Amino acid sequence: MKFTLSWLKEHLETEASLADILVALNAIGLEVEGVENPAEKLAGFKVARVLTAAPHPQADKLQVLTVDQGDGMPLQVVCGAPNARAGLVGVFGVEGAVVPANGMVLKKAAIRGVESNGMMCSTRELELGDDHDGIIELPAEAPVGSDFADYASLNDPVIDLSITPNRQDCMGVRGIARDLAAKGVGTLKPLRSVYRMPAAPLPTDGPDPDVATLDPEGCPAFYGQEVRGVKNGTAPDWMARNLKAIGQKPISCLVDITNFVMIDLGRPLHVYDKAKLSGGLVARKAKAGEQVLALNGKTYTLDEGMTVIADSAHVHDIGGIMGGEDSGVSEATTDVVVECAYFTPESIARTGQKLGLTSDARQRFERGVDPAFLDEGLEIATWLIVQHCGGTPSDATRAGTPPVAPRNFAYDPAMTERLAGFTLDAEAQRAILEKLGFGVGADWIITVPTWRRDVDGAPDIVEEVVRIHGLENVPSTPLPRAPGVAKPTATPEQMTERRARRAAAARGLSEAINWSFISEKEAASVGGGDWTLANPISEDLKVMRPSLLPGLLAAAARNQARGASSVRLFEIGRRYFRAEDGSSIERLTLAIVMAGDKRPRGWQSGKARAFDAFDAKAEALVLLGAAGAPVGNLQMFGEAGDAYHPGQSGTLRLGPKTVLAEYGVLHPALAKAFDLSGTVVAAQLFLDSIPAKRKAGLMRAPYAPPALQAVTRDFAFLMPEALEADALVRAVRQADKKNIVDARLFDVFTGAGVEPGMKSLAVEVTLQPGEKSFTEEELVGISTAVVKAAEKLGGVLRG
Amino acid sequence: MSEVTALKAGLLADIESADTLAQVEELRVGALGKSGVVTALLKTLGGMSPEERLEKGPPIQDLRTSVTDAIAAKKAALEAAELNARLASERLDMTLPAEAAPQGSVHPVSQVMDELAEIFADLGFAVATGPEIEDDWRNFTALNIPETHPARAMHDTFYFPDTDAEGRAMLLRTHTSPVQIRTMTSNPPPIRIIAPGRVYRSDSDATHTPMFHQIEGLVIDKGIHLGHLKWTLETFLKAFFERDDITLRLRPSYFPFTEPSVEVDVGYTIEKGQRVIGGSGDAPGGGWMEVLGSGMVNRRVIENCGLDPDEWQGFAFGTGVDRLAMLKYGMNDLRAFFDGDLRWLRHYGFSALDVPTLSGGVGA
Repeated sequence: MKFTLSWLKEHLETEASLADILVALNAIGLEVEGVENPAEKLAGFKVARVLTAAPHPQADKLQVLTVDQGDGMPLQVVCGAPNARAGLVGVFGVEGAVVPANGMVLKKAAIRGVESNGMMCSTRELELGDDHDGIIELPAEAPVGSDFADYASLNDPVIDLSITPNRQDCMGVRGIARDLAAKGVGTLKPLRSVYRMPAAPLPTDGPDPDVATLDPEGCPAFYGQEVRGVKNGTAPDWMARNLKAIGQKPISCLVDITNFVMIDLGRPLHVYDKAKLSGGLVARKAKAGEQVLALNGKTYTLDEGMTVIADSAHVHDIGGIMGGEDSGVSEATTDVVVECAYFTPESIARTGQKLGLTSDARQRFERGVDPAFLDEGLEIATWLIVQHCGGTPSDATRAGTPPVAPRNFAYDPAMTERLAGFTLDAEAQRAILEKLGFGVGADWIITVPTWRRDVDGAPDIVEEVVRIHGLENVPSTPLPRAPGVAKPTATPEQMTERRARRAAAARGLSEAINWSFISEKEAASVGGGDWTLANPISEDLKVMRPSLLPGLLAAAARNQARGASSVRLFEIGRRYFRAEDGSSIERLTLAIVMAGDKRPRGWQSGKARAFDAFDAKAEALVLLGAAGAPVGNLQMFGEAGDAYHPGQSGTLRLGPKTVLAEYGVLHPALAKAFDLSGTVVAAQLFLDSIPAKRKAGLMRAPYAPPALQAVTRDFAFLMPEALEADALVRAVRQADKKNIVDARLFDVFTGAGVEPGMKSLAVEVTLQPGEKSFTEEELVGISTAVVKAAEKLGGVLRG
Repeated sequence: MSEVTALKAGLLADIESADTLAQVEELRVGALGKSGVVTALLKTLGGMSPEERLEKGPPIQDLRTSVTDAIAAKKAALEAAELNARLASERLDMTLPAEAAPQGSVHPVSQVMDELAEIFADLGFAVATGPEIEDDWRNFTALNIPETHPARAMHDTFYFPDTDAEGRAMLLRTHTSPVQIRTMTSNPPPIRIIAPGRVYRSDSDATHTPMFHQIEGLVIDKGIHLGHLKWTLETFLKAFFERDDITLRLRPSYFPFTEPSVEVDVGYTIEKGQRVIGGSGDAPGGGWMEVLGSGMVNRRVIENCGLDPDEWQGFAFGTGVDRLAMLKYGMNDLRAFFDGDLRWLRHYGFSALDVPTLSGGVGA
């Protein structure tokens, strides 16, 4: 919401400085987004008269002028404007002034050998218009030597406020003035005096316009007034200047009047060219499929939920949102119908959302304009039209009734303390409320002003009192604190996440945060997603990710494209699935992607080494352990899914069903799809599947180291090549549960000395004696059991 | 000079001049071995009369001790020289690089979330969570944002074509505020929670990304008022930015789910071209920056959650986590947060060991 300081002062009698006004605006909840004085850009530009103009000796298109800029010392200026001539009064930029359009600093210079001091300016150079055919021509009586900004009334700061959606009343300058007056920044001038309106109504003539409403739900009130015999020229200077100052382009007097009243009073209006209407105007629901060409040049197709204004032949207005092109006023317009209607906010919001159409009028109607201001709004519009376009008004036609039923409720002034924490005398509260237009009964029954649709209960009244009295009066009050040291608050899930994150970072992985949504193609590459956005911001960000891999792979590829030779990334985030009942299942997941060099080439290690599947497995195990998973109980399975190399991937599970992690070499096809080079390994850890630890106390089990040292024995077996090593290790561990405490595979060998179809697996077995050392017979017994276990799997002890 | 004295002088001179361990050994065998000259002299002591032994014994004993000591000393010296020679030959170029461990990092958003959890834990706030795919009742309606409310237009909402079992439209939450609803409908008051997480709005430009992070705070109790809100935010911001000169400016504002609503600006100054939080925004060269939205929880929201607003009241606040991180650590491009550029992650990321603690300081 933009307006100028002088515009505000039309409504507000005040001595306050601009700075004080800005502070007050912020303090009462009308946030100042910006303030700009156009005069600042025009410093050094003066009203000046061309005294003489002579041809330039070296250039046909240039002239040499002498310019009087008010100090009695005419300057020589070279000028290329065709309209430059002796006697012209224009705008002169002195040496040192900065041309707003291009930032050029004006300097004394020689132009084709002739000295030139400063510049005569066009409107485009001063950013005041598009005209660049010649220099500005001011009226001959313009005071030579005065600052152009002052002369042109441009020395007027433009204030830009961000108005919250509840404050429709401040979508007009007058509402802002009213709020400031309540804050004590001046007094609000009577409305009629602001518009210089006579006490007596204008004389009227001729029939009232034929307006009606058939849609009391969408348009409960439609007031109209006709003005006949108007001439639609240009708006008066003061109005055009105000509109221009806030970035509104003056169009024609009639259109500018409706815009001005909307911005000044928050009251949207519409003016129809009577000659383009067929019969009377009626507010009604649109027919399905009915079309209207709106003023923005676009055609909208309407449905039965939308309110329109139509004559017997056409729709002329998307009620309260945008007028139609066909019945708009033009220079030729002579008779007009002025519409001042009340549209139901909910209806406007629905229609606007469906059509995707915003306008200044919609903004105001959907927030709820003052329903009690139709008569005055119409009277002011008509007054301005008659004043500036001439013509004779009819009487007003009032169709329907606006919703003006008074709204009352009880308020207890003690509530301010309850919600805001400070006390304010009841009479002071009453004074604030009355200045804002509230009625306050002796019994503290509050009557809400018609323009404050947002207020409907006691907390709203507290808000009014607090914002006008000042939030700075709220006392900083410590929250009550529980005795003792603060208690831990993190849940087990949060601890799991934190530990996993920091473990991953400690392992050399960098944490990325990727979009939760991916493209359909990416989703399909990891099995497809359950949730697809209806209104994605782009096709790349459309499906809620069922896997963290696509995001990480894309990030890895970007890093490779930037020349990273080694990429280690991880992310902790959710994967999104849909439950049977339509609700969302969001699974906390840690994913890692490693690509490029595991280790760069080195003087000790030789060539660079790429990552392999066991690097992914190692990370999965370490990070699961850090996250609190019972790593010792994990079982190894395949079936890591299509994202992985089918022969170099696996899963880690607790029992056959509970998958805690998948890991492996990324499927080369997927790596290619993401433009990744080299071997890429990846893993996903399903943190939400890690079983919660049973709550144990802080006390550890008593420390009882074994009395005797453990002994180790090595066994090498020839095993069928297809046998998984883990099967042998598990079988060995199970061979003598009492004495074997660990078995670790330390060598795998195929080749010379091992027959085809077999492989040699060597296992180091750790034996823990109890009270006494093992006897030779016991050791033989254990060895026999180990060998038997291997033989059951088709193995043979190597000699 | 007696025979023994001459022998001693000769042996000691030989030992002294030996320059290999082998020579020393040869000398030891020649002197102290089974048939060595010193051994032979010692043997003569047995055949002497006590008087003779008294006279000749000490020089012989002295001979043995001197030779033994000289051999040991020489041997030690030669061994030391040999070790030194070997060590000299084993010299390495210690300027050669050692193998570098890969450098990992924690994302600033995660770090700041941990910092916030740590600060608010001290104030008695637990961390609550909720789904990111929400229904429109919790994201809007229960928060006093009816379907046609203009505030819904303020949120550029991502919708799914789906509905849940109750027929509610499913969407990506536009703020963390639905966690307020989830908390109030499932936990009896008093409540003190923060709820950090991802939120989504259909917006993308230099300062907006379609996904970002928010943190929500909620206190529901008896007798809680705006003064408590003000203190909580001051206390939190002072702890977070680790500055005691944090100055807040509260401005009335509007959020459908709070009443009264308050926007919170924090004062800053410009140092070396960057905004530094602290001091009054009205001071010369200073300014105010909006950092938080907040207010007293709207009675309707409390009612919507099945609580009695005459008994329970409280405040809520929300702010952007990414923004807090930027203000504290000086990043200036939000989009880089979600790009996964290793160079950026290492530059702005945190060590695994930078766990925020109250004793060590929450900033790193």
